[in-house]
Amino acid sequence: MTTLQKTGHYLAIFVKYLSLVFFSFVAVLPVVSCVITAFKTEEEYQNTNVMTLPQSWLNPDNFLQAFDRANMGRAFVNSTIILVSVLVVSVLVGTSLAYVLNRFKFPGNGLIRNLFLFATLLPGIAMQIAVYGIMDSLNFINSLPGYIIMMCGTDVIAIYIYIQFFENISVSLDESAIIDGASYFTIYHKILLPLLKPAIVTACILKGVGTYNEYYCANLYLQNKKLLPTVATSLYTFVGPLGSKYNLICAGVIISLLPALIVFILFQKQIYSGMTAGSVKG
Amino acid sequence: MAAQANTAGSKKGFLQWARSRRGQQIIIIVAFMIIPLVLLFTFTYLPFGEMVGFSFYKMKYVGKRTFVGWKNYASVFSRKDCFGALKLSLYYMGGSVVQLALALYLATILSFKVKGGNIFKGFMFFPYLINGIAIGFIFKFFYTRGFVFDTVLQWCGFQLDNLPYWLKDQSINNISLVGTSVWRYFGQNMVLFIGAIMSVDSELYEAAMLDGANRFEQFRYIILPSIKTIVTLNVILSITGSLSAFEPPYVITSGANGTGTYFVVMNEIAHTQQKVGLASAMAVVLLLIIFAATILQKLFFKYVFRNAEDEDFGAAKKREKQLARYAARKAGR
Repeated sequence: MTTLQKTGHYLAIFVKYLSLVFFSFVAVLPVVSCVITAFKTEEEYQNTNVMTLPQSWLNPDNFLQAFDRANMGRAFVNSTIILVSVLVVSVLVGTSLAYVLNRFKFPGNGLIRNLFLFATLLPGIAMQIAVYGIMDSLNFINSLPGYIIMMCGTDVIAIYIYIQFFENISVSLDESAIIDGASYFTIYHKILLPLLKPAIVTACILKGVGTYNEYYCANLYLQNKKLLPTVATSLYTFVGPLGSKYNLICAGVIISLLPALIVFILFQKQIYSGMTAGSVKG
Repeated sequence: MAAQANTAGSKKGFLQWARSRRGQQIIIIVAFMIIPLVLLFTFTYLPFGEMVGFSFYKMKYVGKRTFVGWKNYASVFSRKDCFGALKLSLYYMGGSVVQLALALYLATILSFKVKGGNIFKGFMFFPYLINGIAIGFIFKFFYTRGFVFDTVLQWCGFQLDNLPYWLKDQSINNISLVGTSVWRYFGQNMVLFIGAIMSVDSELYEAAMLDGANRFEQFRYIILPSIKTIVTLNVILSITGSLSAFEPPYVITSGANGTGTYFVVMNEIAHTQQKVGLASAMAVVLLLIIFAATILQKLFFKYVFRNAEDEDFGAAKKREKQLARYAARKAGR
């Protein structure tokens, strides 16, 4: 290597790491500044710059107060109920639909796939104009079960993940079970569902994060904010008179994103593979 | 009597039919599809049909409706708030171009050996998992006068007096908001691209390395051709995404100071002013634009990948040829 090439080589490495550090910093800074502020006492918050580190990293006051004021205990209970129900129902509905669509040829199979695919084109928020009327006539407004049923509306990405997975499970497995006298339900339930586990984990993480973070419909349909807050809507408490108490707000924000952070740290690989699987749609 | 015997007979027939393979198949197909289809119909196609109907009426959720024909559609294009919001989406399109370019750049870096690559990837991806409302608060705080962003800029030597009000100043506030959406999604795009780049056969890189290709040439001749499908797909998706931008302005500025995007305006018209007809017309117009974009995408892919089947079979060969051509050129130089 000539000196020039060497310098170029080192320069490239320098630029590479500089970009990574810079954009990681950009990605982390807004969240870190929130963490810093969440640990400050009222007095510190008033008198110091936002980027000055707090005196104590163990000051829990803001977290306790935010948790209390925003009714987050209730919110976590509701969000957990919603999350568990939506995941259970959508896994059952999604996998059974994928099973039928992948394993049986019948007139309308293609049409049904296209109906689901076409539905992804309709943007959710726009649809709520008319869904609102339907929810109202079903008495689903201010009803947790109603909201859960609406959220179960099968999402195509999960179905596609399942179908892709079914394609890789040999049909001869089904056939030998049929010869042994198993019914189709037994095949789905006892043989295929256990094999589908990795796909289910991936789909559940994607759907779970989406459901936990869902704000628009929760705000629209769970109007009773005292009894029916979710974690996402409970944060909205801070918009009113507490709007400038950022030490409290930041604490609330940090509490709300902790579950997502834990899931992310535990399931990084599945989340990344879920992203890539989801991108095959369209 | 005869009728009774008849039902008994058909009952027996039914049981027999249900035990047969064919019968079992039909029963399982119907049983497994009824719930998803009911959900799909109730929460997607029924409201879709209703919305198209609503768009021709002047109406609220309750009370009487008057048929007004195409008047709502005319209003969408003549009302300043609706049409202005459509123009606003250009900012978001600009943002998504930046976002895709950035994601592609970082994905290329991260798909080669990098120390601590996973940690960098994790840092940049995490914003995607934060809920929209929390992001709203984070950035309200971030952009407030004298707070995080201003402080960092002051570290870099800017004077506070020279800095604009990021969320109030109409010449900059939309860019600030687009920034939050770039911040939220660039890591996710990056992970998507890394996945695509990783699916390229690693032998190709080794071959290219042996031929003395540098990083940029590897990017240009190996990476880009093999991920152009996913990149184009994302470019087109970003058009529809930009039109449906909602959360940043809704939470951070509530659409004040000229930051109301199409969805923010539509939400306001539908649920606060309760002009359901007009809001429905807005939704239908948006849907038409999205359909147009989708058809364009289909045509584009048809045009670009005319011999898609050949590509599947001969993708590796084609790339080999490409590489050979590239190597030949390199040798000739």
